[in-house]
Amino acid sequence: MNSKRILRLAAGAALLFLVAGNASAAETNVAVAANFTEAAKEIAVAFHQKTGHEAVLSFGASGQFYTQITQDAPFQVFLSADDERPKKLVDDGLGVAESRFTYAIGKLVLWSKNADLVKGEETLKAGAFSKLSIANPTAAPYGAAAVETLKALKIYDAVQPKIVQGNSISQAFQFIDTGNAELGFVALSQLAGNTGGSRWLVPAALYTPIRQDAVLLKKAASNEAAIAFLTFLRGPEARAVIEKYGYATGN
Amino acid sequence: MSGLAADIWQPVRLTVELAAMTTIILLIVGTPIAWWLARSKAWWKEAVATIVAVPLVLPPTVLGFYLLVVLGPDGPGGLLAGLWGARTLAFTFGGLVVGSVVYSMPFVVQPIRNSFAAIGDRPLEVAATLRASPCRAFWTVAIPLARPGFLAGAVLGFAHTVGEFGIVLMIGGSIPGKTKVLSVAIFDYVETSQWREANILAGGMALFAFAVILAMTLIEKRVARIKA
Repeated sequence: MNSKRILRLAAGAALLFLVAGNASAAETNVAVAANFTEAAKEIAVAFHQKTGHEAVLSFGASGQFYTQITQDAPFQVFLSADDERPKKLVDDGLGVAESRFTYAIGKLVLWSKNADLVKGEETLKAGAFSKLSIANPTAAPYGAAAVETLKALKIYDAVQPKIVQGNSISQAFQFIDTGNAELGFVALSQLAGNTGGSRWLVPAALYTPIRQDAVLLKKAASNEAAIAFLTFLRGPEARAVIEKYGYATGN
Repeated sequence: MSGLAADIWQPVRLTVELAAMTTIILLIVGTPIAWWLARSKAWWKEAVATIVAVPLVLPPTVLGFYLLVVLGPDGPGGLLAGLWGARTLAFTFGGLVVGSVVYSMPFVVQPIRNSFAAIGDRPLEVAATLRASPCRAFWTVAIPLARPGFLAGAVLGFAHTVGEFGIVLMIGGSIPGKTKVLSVAIFDYVETSQWREANILAGGMALFAFAVILAMTLIEKRVARIKA
């Protein structure tokens, strides 16, 4: 009898809490470039703690998201792996021009699980490997940066028959992580907290800086949670997370 | 040939090669399995039938994940590849064939099994009384009678392999001329906003699918007429 009443009280309190919670907290759907996966998850948690809003994250290749957004996909914010696609969305009339900014500058790494394989650019020139994994260069900026690097080193033609392409930078990573490719170009952010294997941080002079831009989508121009998320992304907490994951931050 | 045409024909040719190779292997491997499933009285035969049918239900990503591990340097595929100095069967045409055989097996085995079962014991018993050996009875009685099943199995196995996407995406590595099949090419075109190329290939696939289903229906109709 007594316990029943307590239960009812608790249920009432929970209901109140839910209603009150809903009044202030909103949800926003964010399309996140695959390379930014881990950082974005951490930022979303901090964002929720600070604002009560919920950022629902989807991960994939930037090219795929761009296509989906032009077809009216239900995203409010787009964190691209490049600066071209957000700009194109603004030009297409789908993105809010003044919302666009560089949230991270990515770094490209040549990585292998084998601790002795990657020594530097000479590893690529020696060519003592059978498969080199990169992300699809037409859909993923890190893939394009990988191709630029190979071309800058003048070994693209020699290496090309050994290239395998992942659909996104996550898949390029996965090919190496499962051992199917001995080495490959990945994002430094993907190696955060991973000290294994061997790596070569590709000098920034060999490829166009990977400026990763964020943009608010026009149909969400007045969406409170979406705007709050972008504001949070510019703030010091988010920047600290972004740098922790091996990116430089824009200004 | 212009660049566009070459870009489009390469995945088409590769896909047809993959589907043809898969279908031939499945007819060779699947026929004894189907025969055994149709004739055996072993209590565990339905367990085997279930294993054959499991790819119907599994998401291609599950098979793709397992294959990536099994074909890789730490799995049996890597051991096999070591015989000719390679490290992995992933990213190869052979790897795609292995994946497709597993993935399309139920579509070939099931129709053949059904038509073997439909023959019943009688024709084979008659063949035996005419002093045909079991082997001869199989080739001269069972196989001709089960022809519609073989036809349906071949068409379905071929078509299903053509329509495969998830596994190839996960283990293929999108290498032009080796593992970049039609479905992956379409995906890439859509991802990079090349609508024209995507439209040509996607339209072709839609027509192909229509033709396959129509052919299947006509085969079934004919079978019904023969039985009647």
